[in-house]
Amino acid sequence: MLRYILRRLLQAVPVFLGTTFLIYFMVFAMPGNPIVALFGDKTPNPAQVAALEAQYNLDQPFFMQYLLYLKNVFTGDLGTTFSGRDVNTVLADTFPVTLKLVLMAVVLEFFFAVVIGLISGLREGKFFDNASVVLALIFNSLPVFVGMFLAQYFVGIKWGWAPVTVGRDTSWGAMFLPALVIALTIYVTGMRLMRGSVIESRSEDYVRTAYAKGLTSRRIIPVHIARNSLIPVVTNTAASFGALIAGTTITEGIFNIPGVGNTLYQAIIRGENSTVVSFVTVLTLLYVIVNILVDLLYAVLDPRIRYV
Amino acid sequence: MNDATTEVMSKQAPGQHDGPLVSVKDLEVSFRTLGGSVSALRGVSFDMWPGETVAIVGESGSGKSTTATALINLLPSNGMIGAGSITIDGREMVGLSQDQMASVRGKIVGYVPQDPMSNLNPVWSVGFQVEEAVRANGLAHTRKEIKSRAIEVLKEAGLADADRRMKQFPHQFSGGMRQRVLIGIGLAADPKLLIADEPTSALDVTVQKTILDHLDKLTRENHTAVLFITHDLGLAAERASKLIVMHRGKIVEAGPSVELLENPQHPYTKSLIAAAPSLASRRIRGASASSDTDAGGPDMARLAVHHHEAAEEHHISEAPVSIEVKDLTKVFSIRKGGFRTEPLTAVDKISFKVRKGSTLALVGESGSGKTTAAKMILGLEPPTSGDIIVGGTNLNGISRKAMFNLRSRMQPVFQDPYASLDPQRSIGAIIAEPLRVHGVSDRSVRLARVKELLDQVSLPESIAQRYPNELSGGQRQRVAVARALALKPEVVVLDEAVSALDVLVQAQVLQLLADLQEELGLTYLFITHDLAVVRVVADEVAVMEDGKIVETGTTDEIFERARKPYTQRLLDAIPGSGIKWAS
Repeated sequence: MLRYILRRLLQAVPVFLGTTFLIYFMVFAMPGNPIVALFGDKTPNPAQVAALEAQYNLDQPFFMQYLLYLKNVFTGDLGTTFSGRDVNTVLADTFPVTLKLVLMAVVLEFFFAVVIGLISGLREGKFFDNASVVLALIFNSLPVFVGMFLAQYFVGIKWGWAPVTVGRDTSWGAMFLPALVIALTIYVTGMRLMRGSVIESRSEDYVRTAYAKGLTSRRIIPVHIARNSLIPVVTNTAASFGALIAGTTITEGIFNIPGVGNTLYQAIIRGENSTVVSFVTVLTLLYVIVNILVDLLYAVLDPRIRYV
Repeated sequence: MNDATTEVMSKQAPGQHDGPLVSVKDLEVSFRTLGGSVSALRGVSFDMWPGETVAIVGESGSGKSTTATALINLLPSNGMIGAGSITIDGREMVGLSQDQMASVRGKIVGYVPQDPMSNLNPVWSVGFQVEEAVRANGLAHTRKEIKSRAIEVLKEAGLADADRRMKQFPHQFSGGMRQRVLIGIGLAADPKLLIADEPTSALDVTVQKTILDHLDKLTRENHTAVLFITHDLGLAAERASKLIVMHRGKIVEAGPSVELLENPQHPYTKSLIAAAPSLASRRIRGASASSDTDAGGPDMARLAVHHHEAAEEHHISEAPVSIEVKDLTKVFSIRKGGFRTEPLTAVDKISFKVRKGSTLALVGESGSGKTTAAKMILGLEPPTSGDIIVGGTNLNGISRKAMFNLRSRMQPVFQDPYASLDPQRSIGAIIAEPLRVHGVSDRSVRLARVKELLDQVSLPESIAQRYPNELSGGQRQRVAVARALALKPEVVVLDEAVSALDVLVQAQVLQLLADLQEELGLTYLFITHDLAVVRVVADEVAVMEDGKIVETGTTDEIFERARKPYTQRLLDAIPGSGIKWAS
């Protein structure tokens, strides 16, 4: 087990270096001098520019810049935004909001996937199964933003059950609607995985043996069928957690949620390179960590992997 | 060996019941399929008395497993009981709800399934799965009692260190150990009837014997009736006092084991007995005069004759050496948790020669290294040291190109006819593939060769357009043989090539192999754990134990005058070795 964790951690190193290098390279290879851009329409004093360049290590060769940047990242210094705020503070403000949104979406997604998938699998070919497959197809083929506008229009405006946009109030209740919409657009994959493995598990030999022991369906369905089918669903959900953290930009835009995605979007529009790089670096790091956790989770769920 | 006659006497001791324990009357079972309803059981009737051991024998598809699962209503979801009645312990089973059925299963009828690998849930510990059975059958109530009863159950089933192994998972147990766990679960609640569905067919002969002996002891002590389901006539006769022979969903013959074996009435029973390889059998020789072995199988009488025909001596000792193995060794490094590894010598300095046109059988239990040896000879696994010389070429340090060419002269046939054929390709494409790989570019030449090969393995030409899933196990194994012969090899390595087949089909494939050997002068390296098969196919035998060859000799020498106790143990473990067969 220890060996397994160490190997996964070692594999994460080249992934992290590769992605940060690519991001850094792409952003700084773009035309234009960021220091000059900082002055807007004004013509800066060359001495001032040189001083700033030295301050931001811009006078160094590219590769040195990258290494110095990495050093800063590892010492917890992510730089400042153009408005002079620490990127650290900005992250501390926006990150919890996104985390809350994604957590809620993922929990809902997991719930839909498991419950609907389990019932569908147990009633393969019956009415519930067919209905859920059709419903899944509708949710899956609807573009995310269309679903969101529909939700805003009906739930928010027409029926008034939830606030139309989130804004400053980032409570659980206020963000329930966007989380629900995200969950509905992504639960399909998990539901299909669950349904498929429930159908498979039902005809496994160990399920028949469990019946032969004298157990009833009330015990066999949760303990032997659902438990075994959860393995792919849990890992799928965990993986979508990683993807969502970095992928809620559209949702945050439409519902005006002050989270990571929204801030990142604004930074890209304004050309705040250092903010963009820092945010993406943190997201990459997070993604890598989540993926390692997914692999470890797999080992927790499946003892055959645990004891390799 | 148990004496079958005394077993009948002891098993027929009168129980406390006045009627039969199990009474099946006119049972009809059918399966819904895409092509409509297929009838699997057609009017099956039999009785079992308390404490009696009965075996249902038949080939796959005969309905023997369907009968067993129908008794406790565990038919596959597309199966249903159409008519008839099943009474167990005075209670009618047909029409009971699943919940009512749950009170019968485990408590009154225990069940031991066939495959120990797939019948324990891989995600729960072994202890959990035994405790579950103990709790469900109301054998104990507090957590502590349940645990101690579960340990007791496992100890009774022959797991001496049960308390230590409760927390381990099924994959940490060997096949034999898992089967003990399943037997423990089946007997946990002291049922009146135990259904054992091919309980040991996935295990080695020696393990099989220990486990069946133990099962015998447990069921005898508790006066448990046992219903054995098996395709192995020898095993059935040795373990059961009464035999029921099934064929195509019907019982064709039933009666006391000894009587039935010595004096079979039905032609199907006769053909089963004739096809069962046993110690009394002789080496099968190719029937060069009439090599058209029929796939349909009505010509069993002719086959049976071949079995018992004393074959003329073949002068194999003068033929050139086809395969020579010298001091072949394979060492694997096994991970021992953390970063430690430990060397494991799978094959330890083995040496042997196989002469052209003859068959060498490499026998041993699983883990003896026989399959690793075969893989090295086929060039699928690099040896750690030693030499393999095939047709005069040493495989050691051979170039990739030379190895490629050598492969065409040496072809394998594997055990599982279901897994070794690509389900997405037609039979014709499967057989033609080695031809294309080895540069036969002309399509019409390939087609002609496929036709010729199908004819050689006695399959109709039309089969070339069909797909593996449309074929029976025996037909598939014929296809695998045809593919192996496509490149006109000199050597064919048969790794447990008939172990997965029913006796009748097995006999046909063995006859086919013998015919082809005669006709094409093939050299066979036959890897198997089944000594009864060795008797009928091999000229020479090499017995492997723990990676070493412990004994070699001609087949007759080994079977009549085995020198090593290990070989003797393997021979004794062959089911039915102590039984007198009808001839």
